[in-house]
Amino acid sequence: MNENIRFTKEHEWIVIKEGIAVIGISDFAQSQLGDIVSIELPKVGSIFRRMQTMAIIDSVKASSDIYCVMSGEIVEVNEELLEHPEWINQSPYELGWIVKLKPSNMEEFHNLMTNEQYNKFIGETEENREKDQSGG
Amino acid sequence: MKTPFYDIHRSFGAKMLNFHGWEMPLHYSSGIINEHLNTRTNVSLFDVSHMGRFEVKGIDAYDCLQTLVTNDISKLDNNMALYSPICYENGGIIDDLIIYMFNRKKFLIVVNASNREKDLEWIIKHLRSATIIEDITDKIALLALQGPLAQSILEKAAIVDLNLNQLKPFNFIITNIFGIECIISRTGYTGEDGFELFFDSSKIEIWEKLIQLDSKVNIKPAGLGARDTLRLEAGLMLYGNDIDENTTPLEAPLKWTVKFEKNEFIGKKALINQRIYRKIVGFEVLEKRVARHGNEVLMNSKKIGFVTSGTFSPTLKKSIGFCFVPVYVNPNELIEINIGGKLYKANVLSSTRFYKRK
Repeated sequence: MNENIRFTKEHEWIVIKEGIAVIGISDFAQSQLGDIVSIELPKVGSIFRRMQTMAIIDSVKASSDIYCVMSGEIVEVNEELLEHPEWINQSPYELGWIVKLKPSNMEEFHNLMTNEQYNKFIGETEENREKDQSGG
Repeated sequence: MKTPFYDIHRSFGAKMLNFHGWEMPLHYSSGIINEHLNTRTNVSLFDVSHMGRFEVKGIDAYDCLQTLVTNDISKLDNNMALYSPICYENGGIIDDLIIYMFNRKKFLIVVNASNREKDLEWIIKHLRSATIIEDITDKIALLALQGPLAQSILEKAAIVDLNLNQLKPFNFIITNIFGIECIISRTGYTGEDGFELFFDSSKIEIWEKLIQLDSKVNIKPAGLGARDTLRLEAGLMLYGNDIDENTTPLEAPLKWTVKFEKNEFIGKKALINQRIYRKIVGFEVLEKRVARHGNEVLMNSKKIGFVTSGTFSPTLKKSIGFCFVPVYVNPNELIEINIGGKLYKANVLSSTRFYKRK
């Protein structure tokens, strides 16, 4: 795992390479969604504010919005995912990257969770889920 | 609630979900698509012990049930089963179920898990004094073995010589597998050849024995996720999604289950007089988005209906589903489906059945 990776509570990951943010969804997110069957990608050149919906993923069971983790302009999208949405399941941090974005505010990166913080966060999420289930 | 196979599901790596109060496997480690395709090409084992099971016994059991169901059980011989809705007086569907007739004084009924209490109450209300109903859901386990290789697996599992070629669809036999008494019926909810197995709920070893029976055959467990995508491809209705108390069988593709020619049954009058304004049709989304239950259906920008079920079809690799539309909508017409605020084009089909086995 790249030690410069950051995560959101909505389960996106971000890595900055030469001033460009590469964004995808976490391994935990893909395992929760199950088999991914399609993705709708944003257009290159579109500009998003932080936390706007930029892509939509459909799995067999559910649809989920993918949020733009940092404000900025989309400079590249992973068009291969249109043919191979299952790459997000199989390789969420490599083949399954979703967009590359030119951030307009680098400060936003530092508010995100480190890998260690994220693992703790999903651990707690899982615990709560287990509790909910035993209560039901 | 937990079925007798709960611990086995966990040991097989199931992702569990709560389905109407039951802790059930959504899928195992291989995922919904693999489980679906394995059912179409090999054979899969499903735990469907969450379904409600009632035994109805008594000298007028036959007459009572014949009044309750819209389909006609007079066509049944002993050891045959029938699919039927049961309706309120107004024609609204209470549930859809399968009735297994041992003889005219003894029946087994399998109902949706979500409707178990409601059905039991309704049936009791309409029983005559000489007939009794017992909820045997907890006493009897129910597994479904579905797929083209299901027959050969079961024949191997039988200790006595068992030739299932003679067991026609919707027929059942009482036999034993691995030395355990078992009802085997040629029924299912996948559109594939297959069987459902009823046996004493303490005999959970049947699960492991079936899975390990033949190392050459890829028999794998499958969860409710694959069960849903399989039934959708097969054009089968799901209570609570496609049909409910506000739907009659005549609006759903269930006209064939309403037998007006038989004597009085509950709902007959309302159904005879019903004017049909809407119907459930199959559709195929022409773009790569999956429609879901509740999505609006539009035609020429006007709302005309809603999606009752939608999924990605692992066999056809397309986004498919069922929706309510007015009766004037014809096959091959274009509709639009509102998925998350955006409109996607879809094609209306002539049937809800997307997959038919060879």
